[in-house]
Amino acid sequence: MIRNLKYLILGILFGIILVKSEVISWFRIQEMFRFQAFHMYGIIGSAIAVGMVSILLIKRFQLKTIKGDDIIIPKKEFHWGTVYGGLIFGLGWAITGACPGPLFAQIGSGFLVVSVTLLSAIAGTWVYGLLRDKLHH
Amino acid sequence: MEYLKQPWPWYIAGPLMGLIVPALLLLGNKAFGISSSLKHICAICIPANISFFKHDWKKETWNLFFVAGIVAGGFIAVQFLSGQHAVNINPQTTALLKHQGVKDFSGLLPADIFSFQQLFTLRGFIFIVIGGFLVGFGTRYAGGCTSGHSIMGIASLQWPSLLATCCFMIGGFVMTWFILPYLIRL
Repeated sequence: MIRNLKYLILGILFGIILVKSEVISWFRIQEMFRFQAFHMYGIIGSAIAVGMVSILLIKRFQLKTIKGDDIIIPKKEFHWGTVYGGLIFGLGWAITGACPGPLFAQIGSGFLVVSVTLLSAIAGTWVYGLLRDKLHH
Repeated sequence: MEYLKQPWPWYIAGPLMGLIVPALLLLGNKAFGISSSLKHICAICIPANISFFKHDWKKETWNLFFVAGIVAGGFIAVQFLSGQHAVNINPQTTALLKHQGVKDFSGLLPADIFSFQQLFTLRGFIFIVIGGFLVGFGTRYAGGCTSGHSIMGIASLQWPSLLATCCFMIGGFVMTWFILPYLIRL
């Protein structure tokens, strides 16, 4: 519990950023997919840039975790699900105006109906698990 | 404090978001990613003997604390940092959405689509339930979402994540440009 408290705090910070930058806004997502504003591209782009530089620095200086372990970055394997799943998620993203992170933040910010969206996303994940062996990867 | 209460510009919010990546790595070798939390919730609540949910979710409880934090962060931002307000989007987007039938521009989400009353209309059902299903199914099939693939994956120079991100965008464009105008009119 105490061990996990630091992740709770980081999650709180992330949630605040998501709301204050309006990333959780359905309107911002519509604007992004219509190329009518730079806002979302700026956020995702600069987040990637800062993440990339951080990881390069971690590797360059062989930084360890606070417990002294080597830092391991899990590999993202390619399979065709990357394409099919990516397209399906994109369709859903434009409808709900939210990727998984913002779903949680929308609920916290008072849109309680989004908990239904979240339950449905959990159901979608479950159905994927059920059908996994039958799906093309 | 007054500055914090304004909407944050992209060049503040984006880099702050990027810093979550090294923070998670340095604090405990955790890879930034949200959609896996949905998988862990399935494993805890409805495993149903499906092999995909037989992973050791107890090792991944950090992820559930992280998403619980996001909910709390959303609450704090709205309660104490005036996060709930009309979003200052491009007037062209507003005009277009009005033309397509969106009426309520007073909050972060259009309340005339996303509300419990709307849930039992065809349009509300599609936006709230079907949309959520596509998000959950798609992210798991793709092996990650905007955080795990687009931010963590691309930042660690993994090409499958770049491909996934391109597919997210293509799916989003197709929906926004060709399907959504009809769905909003329902």
